[in-house]
Amino acid sequence: MESLLRGVVGFIYPNELELQWSVLIVLYPFLTGLVAGAFILASLERVFNVEAVRPTYRLALLTALAFLLVAPLPLQLHLGHPERSLEMYFTPHRSSAMAMFGFVYLWYLMVVLVVEIWLDYRRDIVLQARASTGARRFLYRAMALWSDNISPRALAIDAKVGRFVTVLGIPSAFLLHGYVGFIFGSVKANPWWSTPLMPVVFLFSAIVSGIALVMLIYMAGCGLRGRPVDMPCVDTIARYLFYAFLIDFSLEMLDLIHRVYEADESFKTLDFMVHTKLFASQIVLQIFVGTLVPLGLLALIQLTRLTELARRTIYVLAGCLTMLGILAMRWNVVIGGQLFSKSFLGYTTYKMGFATREGLLMALAVMVLPLLILWGLVRLLPPWDAGAGADDTGNGGHGAAATRRPPS
Amino acid sequence: MVRRFRDTGHLLRLAGLFALGGGLFAIASLFMVPDGFGRYGHYRPGALADNRAPAPRYADTASCAGCHDDIVAARQGSRHVQVRCQACHGPLAAHAADPAADTPARPDAATLCLNCHRQLAARPAAFPQIEPVDHAGGESCLSCHNPHHPEPEGS
Amino acid sequence: MDIDRRQFILLAGKALVLTPAAAVVLARLAAGQAAEAPGYEMARHWWAMAIDIEKCIGCGNCVRACKAENDVPREPAYFRTWVERYHVPVDDPEHPLVDSPDGGFDGFPARRTADGQAKDFFVPKLCNHCAQSPCVQVCPVGATFDSPDGVVLVDKTRCLGCRYCVQACPYGCRFIDPRTRVVDKCTLCYHRITRGETTACCETCPTGARRLGDLKDPRDPIHDWLRTNMVQVLKPQMATHAKVYYANLDGAVR
Repeated sequence: MESLLRGVVGFIYPNELELQWSVLIVLYPFLTGLVAGAFILASLERVFNVEAVRPTYRLALLTALAFLLVAPLPLQLHLGHPERSLEMYFTPHRSSAMAMFGFVYLWYLMVVLVVEIWLDYRRDIVLQARASTGARRFLYRAMALWSDNISPRALAIDAKVGRFVTVLGIPSAFLLHGYVGFIFGSVKANPWWSTPLMPVVFLFSAIVSGIALVMLIYMAGCGLRGRPVDMPCVDTIARYLFYAFLIDFSLEMLDLIHRVYEADESFKTLDFMVHTKLFASQIVLQIFVGTLVPLGLLALIQLTRLTELARRTIYVLAGCLTMLGILAMRWNVVIGGQLFSKSFLGYTTYKMGFATREGLLMALAVMVLPLLILWGLVRLLPPWDAGAGADDTGNGGHGAAATRRPPS
Repeated sequence: MVRRFRDTGHLLRLAGLFALGGGLFAIASLFMVPDGFGRYGHYRPGALADNRAPAPRYADTASCAGCHDDIVAARQGSRHVQVRCQACHGPLAAHAADPAADTPARPDAATLCLNCHRQLAARPAAFPQIEPVDHAGGESCLSCHNPHHPEPEGS
Repeated sequence: MDIDRRQFILLAGKALVLTPAAAVVLARLAAGQAAEAPGYEMARHWWAMAIDIEKCIGCGNCVRACKAENDVPREPAYFRTWVERYHVPVDDPEHPLVDSPDGGFDGFPARRTADGQAKDFFVPKLCNHCAQSPCVQVCPVGATFDSPDGVVLVDKTRCLGCRYCVQACPYGCRFIDPRTRVVDKCTLCYHRITRGETTACCETCPTGARRLGDLKDPRDPIHDWLRTNMVQVLKPQMATHAKVYYANLDGAVR
């Protein structure tokens, strides 16, 4: 507490000394953003028939699932009484955006992700069940809900229902991450957060980060399996990343220009904060390193012709910088919104713990855990090989591919 | 009928699973929602009683006069009459309930008087405030002032 | 035959689920209602507070009394009420110098440079018990609420400690109690005012700068006070319909 008091500049309301929302609350929108973004990439192929990105379809879904499973963890670690969190299901306060969380999350997890993955993988699950013995067989049979029907007609029905679920999933993904933006954007007490643009900015930065993540994981997966990267696939992904990034950047610039132009009562205090306390995380990391550099790199690829190796290198670099930039954006919104006093007369500091419940170690663990879960999911439901007796691409296709493409 | 639902058995099982989940949730709600929730608004009415429950630590103002009527009389006509007893003597509910068991300590004049009467720029100009060294040269406030009737004799 | 068996199972399942559910609902309907406080009718009161800036001397009695009465943590980051001191330069009223050392718990240190170029005054602050409070609006589970008699309260058995309400309050009057990990704030001494006593802060205020008021009581002096004083609430642009009224409040106050 002494160090916090020493870190105060100017005047803050006495209760503002300690920050309320920690780095874990920075991670939550980051993780759900990756989920929404990965799903949008998957829906590009399924709904908008962008065939080139098919090799990443299943991988994108599994990535979304892995990150969605971990998403409630930072929230539970942050709550003063996590054992009471079920109250949000039984007595949700309908005027609170946060109360929507439980239902939106459950809807998205069960109805959208799990059902879509199940429908797409069902054929492979049943085939695995038939080919396994013992505990493994039980697992796969349970996953198939003890159904053994993979006749062409059943698979055709699956494809139709799956497409419907994906179409339903797009607005659901918007809702899953958009409401997080609304949680911040609707707080009139906080001028750094309060703007109608917040849900839109959050959503587009989510799409950007999710696309970048799947691109990186796909390329890493190819590297680990010793397979060549499907260049038309990543070229297409990078192009969509570029477009989404342009929109995201424009939205953030619009917010900035608006603030500078209107210069309302909060402007001076926020401007000072951005130039001092948030200089490294906002100006350097988010805007320059995390947005302008990757945008420039991706633009370079659109405008010039480069070798495959050069393009792959740029994609990896741009992807990593993008993820860093979007994480920095979440940090600047959440932490930045709490560094200045609502009296507009002073600032406090954020002291992130190290081995505490909401500290740095926990944050790193929360970021690594989804990758471990993804590794497990990839083992259980391989997104690359389509299973026994399937098509011959060696890359992930739809489980119902056998009914959509003529057998070789 | 049978023909239309052929090959959808797995989907019906999935639907059944969701229906089961929904049913379990509905049953759980009956137990998990507190009694009377929503009667006055979106909250548990028992919370009103919870907020009313703690025992006050400061006594009711009027209860001091019951035993200390001599002090009350002495304060009449003084500007300190508007200063309630507990402003200087602290929380007295325990003492009022059982006077013998809980006798509060007499407050230290030096700290207590200056708490209100030390010269501060932000205090209203008309409010009586002094710089202790200039006013009394280090003497105790009690040398000249009775806290219950602080105006000097004859005024 | 498959369909018939399936239909039967679905019907039987529904019946099995609904019967005990119906039984529980009926039982709860028949259960007794929670008793209100004897002698205190919530519907007859609408609580507010009147603060006169010209009377506040910054003694800190209110801060100490509140912490004693309500078992508020002693550290300088947790206050149900606090006092701020303003130093407003006459030639630069938009940049006041404000301090609140430990919320005013030990009073205020002397300001040595008393110049004739500024206004100095104290501003006591507390929860404004807004009639349309943003904190109540954002609570996800109904753990904070406005009582029928106009006091914003916390249900400590249901609060998750999510801190959304702390973010939503424009006045900075909420905090998380580190011992219970739930939210805490001024309750207008609900346990006292429902017993006919005044709040701890008003009880110990030596100058009558803070006064509890009941807007539904026609004999309450607050009505005359509101009529005869120039009165403001804090941050009126937030439209929270705050019920702590300040007389003689300077425009520089944040």
